[in-house]
Amino acid sequence: MKSFDWARNEVLVFGVIVAFCVLAAVSDPNFLSIPTLIDLMRNGIVLGILAVAAMVVLVSGGIDVSFTAVAAFAMYTTTVILRDVAPDLPWPVAFAVATAIGAALGAINGVLIAVFGLPTLIVTLGTLSVFRGFLLTFVGTVQISNLPSGMRDFSRLMMIRGTNSDGSFYSLPWAFAFLVALVILTWFILNRTMLGRSIYAIGGAPESARRIGIDVTKTQMFIYIYVGALAGLAGIIHASTARIANPFDLVGLELSVIAAVVLGGARLTGGVGTLTGTLLGVALIVLVRNSLIVIGIPSTWQSVTIGALILLGTGLPAWQAKRAEARAA
Amino acid sequence: MTDTSAPLVTLEGVTKRYAAITALSEVDLTIRAGEAVCLAGENGSGKSTLIKVLVGVERPSAGRILFDGVPQTRLTPTAATRAGMQVIFQDFSLFPNLSVAENIAMTAERATGARLVHRRRARERAREVLDRIGVDLDLDARVERLPVAHKQLVAICRALAADARLIIMDEPTTALTEREVARLLDLIRRLKADGVAVLFVSHKLAEVLEVCEHVVVLRNGEKVADGPAETFDAASLTRAMTGRDVAETPPEPLDPSASDLLKVENLTKDGAFRDVSLTLRAGEVLGVAGLLGSGRTSLAKALFGLATPDSGRVTLDGTDVPLGDPIAAAGAGIGYVPEDRLTEGLFLEQSIARNIAVGRLEAHASGGVLNLRDLWEEAAEWLKRLSVKAPDPQAPVRSLSGGNQQRVVLARWMARQPRVLILNGPSVGVDVGSKAEIHAIISDLAARGLGVIVISDDLPELLGTCHRILVMKAGVITDEVAGGEGITEDDLSHRLAS
Repeated sequence: MKSFDWARNEVLVFGVIVAFCVLAAVSDPNFLSIPTLIDLMRNGIVLGILAVAAMVVLVSGGIDVSFTAVAAFAMYTTTVILRDVAPDLPWPVAFAVATAIGAALGAINGVLIAVFGLPTLIVTLGTLSVFRGFLLTFVGTVQISNLPSGMRDFSRLMMIRGTNSDGSFYSLPWAFAFLVALVILTWFILNRTMLGRSIYAIGGAPESARRIGIDVTKTQMFIYIYVGALAGLAGIIHASTARIANPFDLVGLELSVIAAVVLGGARLTGGVGTLTGTLLGVALIVLVRNSLIVIGIPSTWQSVTIGALILLGTGLPAWQAKRAEARAA
Repeated sequence: MTDTSAPLVTLEGVTKRYAAITALSEVDLTIRAGEAVCLAGENGSGKSTLIKVLVGVERPSAGRILFDGVPQTRLTPTAATRAGMQVIFQDFSLFPNLSVAENIAMTAERATGARLVHRRRARERAREVLDRIGVDLDLDARVERLPVAHKQLVAICRALAADARLIIMDEPTTALTEREVARLLDLIRRLKADGVAVLFVSHKLAEVLEVCEHVVVLRNGEKVADGPAETFDAASLTRAMTGRDVAETPPEPLDPSASDLLKVENLTKDGAFRDVSLTLRAGEVLGVAGLLGSGRTSLAKALFGLATPDSGRVTLDGTDVPLGDPIAAAGAGIGYVPEDRLTEGLFLEQSIARNIAVGRLEAHASGGVLNLRDLWEEAAEWLKRLSVKAPDPQAPVRSLSGGNQQRVVLARWMARQPRVLILNGPSVGVDVGSKAEIHAIISDLAARGLGVIVISDDLPELLGTCHRILVMKAGVITDEVAGGEGITEDDLSHRLAS
């Protein structure tokens, strides 16, 4: 039997989450409650979907920073199209359009990376800027608060709702089910299909992957289109649940998302990463963002805390690995 | 041979030209099932081209390739794989991030055309192959955590899982210690009994000769020798590969009045080595024989200050050398040539001249400004003295052969005129001709009064170049023997492994 590996990032992150919750519960006895949990889940939907997408790219040995621009582009453009062309279409159509726009933008990344063989960071830094600039120049800069009816309908679909003791409401939208479904789908692709194993193989050793006949170009195309599609979906969910389509939203979130993924144990050098880790990373980041105030740390310290967690979460395993290596030499 | 069936692989008059260069010229080769063949040759002799032609990566300019007697007119890598040709590259070409089971089964699983992962089938496949070669590895272990010898086993298993009929092994022994080589040979015998053919491609072949039926030697793209393995020995192989007799140059006998140069007393580093004491005399070549993990590299690094010992003392000519300080060690006149010169010893992308000059910058600087002419002249002088074959001192070091790269590292140190030179694995990855020349340089350095420490697990190398050899095991010096004729290789090998 395999012994349990205590030094894994997942364990570390889980430990920090537990410690954080204990601290928060001590400071505020109301912290450990269903409403807090639901609040965290709701706040983790968009971040979670984006993190799943970012993880797939990291596993393949690349890095994508353009997905927030893709999400914003798909979200806002879809809203504008629906508003101007067919305001009465149901929400699944809006979601399909946003997903398709996201996939198309992802395909642009895919062509530049897979076909032309350009470095992923450079390409996506470029497209981040281009997609965003294009959106703001040609599609619009005005936020739309009067959403098409389909998107409004979606925002009212609640899985769980309840009332706090102080009379305020809490609720978990059905959008959460999208996160769950996408996690399951991505898990299946990564772990149960040859395509998914090829993604890991490429991330581990691209040359070896080519030698055993893996079509690296095709696989990378799939990755960037898939990531684009997930980003598009995350974008439209963001607008629907926030009940406003703001073209300035989302961009700027990419580093938090990548931070969550890296905290969860994915390696920036590729080949290693799990969905469990990624979701734990997301949970930790959401927790820190939402609840730092509860344990008495001013919210201006948020980014310092997140940064320190990243240094700790990635530094500790790296330091341990280095020590193990030194012992083996 | 009574076997009348068609050989597994036949090459007839295979020629490969790249523009004006003929990489292979009219090479004939046959490999039968269950046979091991050595393909020997120095770097640039055409070995790699021959492999590429055999597995369909390159198309021959002339000649025929037959598998089982059937001519292969348009051989592609896929067709070669389907015919059972599997290459094990020097770097093994594995996926470090995936498990042993997945690495072994992936090629075969892909060949089934399945789109979904069949975990159980993959594991069974991996287990079967491991059982077949009688090896027990943890199927769930990540390959990156395995030692080199186990990675090689995984690569062999992967080839077998993909129904290999001929396994082509590129430089299979370079990264292995003697004991691991012996284990590999056992495995090869089992594979042969199973009907699998093996083609060893290497320039370090003496050690695999005993399992081979048949030896083919290439030089400058031509086949220069071909015959039963029994008719070859290390010397005749070397002669065939280099086209000349490579004389080993044993060191001049040590002047009995030579003074003590470097003294190491009770050097200890927790977890690496313990209580190491040694004395190196001027003009002496001292060998340290140790297997991987014996602490030999840690000791070498500690002597040069790259690792800090916990206790002990190092003195050069009676003066203390500060521990854990490479700059002070270099200043005191100690030089260190690392084992992995690619990552630790050279600036690969930089020019040859710069690589030599970098050790001497301070000597040619006045007020922070470099006197470039002197610097280049000195570099050129050392290139000449160590006979580095370089077309142009401004060409990047990457463009040189392994032997010449090693000479560039040596030249950098020689320009500093050290008193003691520590060479860690001086001829790893260097071909036979260059190896002998490096040994000649070592012996020449010693003759000039330098103290040289050679750390290696290449026993013939130590026996051929050293006055004395210390045997290092589990961090402790366990034995001291005289070099040269004093002890046989087998004897030394036993002392090392026992």
